Amino acid sequence: MSSYFHSVTLDKDLCKGCTNCIKRCPTEAIRVREGKAKIIDERCIDCGECIRICPHHAKLALTDTLDSIRKYKYPVALPAPSLYAQFNSKVTINYILTGLLELGFYRVEEVARGAEFVSRAINEFFQKSSFPKPAISSACPAVLRLIQVKFPELINQVVPFRSPMETAALLARKTMEKEGYPPEQIGIFFISPCAAKLTAVKNPLGMSQSFVDGVIGFSTIFGALRDKVKKMQEVSELQKSTVAGVSWAVIGGESSLISGIRRLSVDGIANVSKVLEEVVMGKLKEVDFIEGLACTGGCVGGPLTVENSFMAKERINSLVKTGSKHGAKFLDDLDWQNLMWDKEVQPLGVLRLDEDMATAIQKMEDMENLHKNLPGLDCGSCGAPTCRALAEDIVRGQADEVDCVFKLREKVTELAEKMVAISSKMPPSIGEKE
Amino acid sequence: MKIMDKTKQKNALMIAFPIEAGNFKDAGEASSKIKSRLLQLGFQGPLIRRVAIATYEAEMNLVIHSEGGIIKAEINPGSVIILVTDVGPGISDLNKAMQEGFSTAPEHVREMGFGAGMGLPNMCSCASEFFIDSEIGKGTTIKMLIS
Repeated sequence: MSSYFHSVTLDKDLCKGCTNCIKRCPTEAIRVREGKAKIIDERCIDCGECIRICPHHAKLALTDTLDSIRKYKYPVALPAPSLYAQFNSKVTINYILTGLLELGFYRVEEVARGAEFVSRAINEFFQKSSFPKPAISSACPAVLRLIQVKFPELINQVVPFRSPMETAALLARKTMEKEGYPPEQIGIFFISPCAAKLTAVKNPLGMSQSFVDGVIGFSTIFGALRDKVKKMQEVSELQKSTVAGVSWAVIGGESSLISGIRRLSVDGIANVSKVLEEVVMGKLKEVDFIEGLACTGGCVGGPLTVENSFMAKERINSLVKTGSKHGAKFLDDLDWQNLMWDKEVQPLGVLRLDEDMATAIQKMEDMENLHKNLPGLDCGSCGAPTCRALAEDIVRGQADEVDCVFKLREKVTELAEKMVAISSKMPPSIGEKE
Repeated sequence: MKIMDKTKQKNALMIAFPIEAGNFKDAGEASSKIKSRLLQLGFQGPLIRRVAIATYEAEMNLVIHSEGGIIKAEINPGSVIILVTDVGPGISDLNKAMQEGFSTAPEHVREMGFGAGMGLPNMCSCASEFFIDSEIGKGTTIKMLIS
C-alpha cells in the first residue's frame, strides 16, 4: 500500500464495480479490479468528481466527526463562506455563526475574513513583484494537486499564498495565543464543502505545516446546525467578514478582487485542465491571472455541500449585493508577506512510466504498439478508463492484453479455429488418400 | 554534427501527427499529446514547456499557412527533435519570415488573433538548434532540437 494520504476513498460494500468513476477521473486515478473500484492514491487529486458521479454512493471523503472537537478545550470553527449558502436567505450569517457556537465550538473565525486578507496580500504582491504570467490562483487544493500531478511546468506560476482557510486558522491561533490560551488546547476545525481540504491539511502544499487540526464536512454538520438555527432564541453579532470575503465562495469571486489586471475564471476540473493546457502552450499571453476552481460554480459546488450549486450561487450573489463592503485591515503583525508560502511545491512525477528515461521510452514504444492493436472503443470493460490507459497498465505490468474483452474474443476465435483444424485431421491409418 | 544531418537514433521513439490546413478547432491537439507523453517519460517541466510552445507554434503555422502537413517528434533520453513538414506552398523569403512581427497571414486569420508574426521567432527561441528550409511549390521543413 502507498503511504500518501488523501481524503477521497471507497466504500467497498457499496461499490458495484461499474465504470462510471474511472471515466470521469481527470487524472485517470481509478481502475476497477475484482469487481471494485481501486483508487491509485498518488494520482488522486481529491477533486470529488467520482463522489458526484457514483450512482451507488460508494465514494466518500474522509472528514472528521463533530465529536472530534471534544479532544480540545477550545475548539474553533472556521466556516467556509459557502456554508452561508446552504441555508435560505432568511438565515443570516450571524444565525449560522451562533449555531456553530451552540454546537460546542468555543469561537468562530470566518474563512471569508481570511479570504479578505489573502485578496489584499495578492493585490500587494502583484504591485510589488514581477511574476511569470499568467499567474495561477493557489486557492483550490484540487487544482493545486492537478498542477503538481499533470502540469509540473506551471508550478512556478502559482501565486504562492496560503489559502483563506490557512489564513483564518493563522489568525485564530495567533489571536488566541496572544490572549493567553494554551496552544495545545486550541483545536482549529475547518467546516468544509470540499473533499480536498482534509488532504491539504494532512499534506500541506507550499507550507511546512498546516494550522488546521481537523476538517468537518458540511454534510456531516448540516443536520445538527440546522436544528440549532431552527430553535435559536438569541442571535449573537459575530460576523466580521464583508462581501469581499464571502464572494470567494463562487467562481469569479477571488479574481474580481484583484484590480487592474486581465483575469480568467474557470470552474469545473475538466475545464481547468483544458485551460492549463493552453497556458503551457503559450496560448493565453494576454491573461494576467487565472482563478481555477475544481467544482462547478466554485466552492458552492463542492462535493460535501447539501444545497444545489446554482441556488447556492444565487444566495452568495445576493449576499454580496446587500452585505457590508467594509474591507478587512491587516493586523500589525500579519502583513502580506506572512501569508506567503514557506516551502516549495515539488513536481510529483507520478505519471512517469519508469525512473530511467531510456526504459520509459522503450515502454512508451511498446505502449504505442499495444494501443494501435486495441479496439479504441474506450469501453472500460477492462477496468481502465481508455484503451490507452490499458496499454499503459500493460507496460507497467499491471494488466494483460486479454483483459480487453475484444482481444480475449480474438484469442478465443484463434483457438477455436485451431481446434476445428485439428478436429478435421484424421490419423493416416484411417484417413483417405488424397 | 548539425541537427539537419542527424538521422533517427536507434532507440528513439517516433510519434507523428498529421495536421489539417484550416482546422483551427483542433489546433493544439498534437502539442498537447506530445506534452503528455514527455511527462510520462519523465522530462522536466522547463523542457516540456519549450517543446509545448514550439510544437504549438508549428501546429498553428501548418493550420494557417500550409496546405497540410505533419508533425513528428523523435524522443531520445534527455532531448526531443521536432520535425515539421508540409506539402506547400513554401516560404518565398525565409529571412523575412524569421523576423519578429513579420506576417503573411491573411486578414481573416489575423482577425482571429493569429498571425502576429511571432511563430517562427518563438520556435527559434525555444529550440536549442533550429533548422528551416523551404521551396516554393514544394513545401517547408523545420527541424528543432530541444534539449
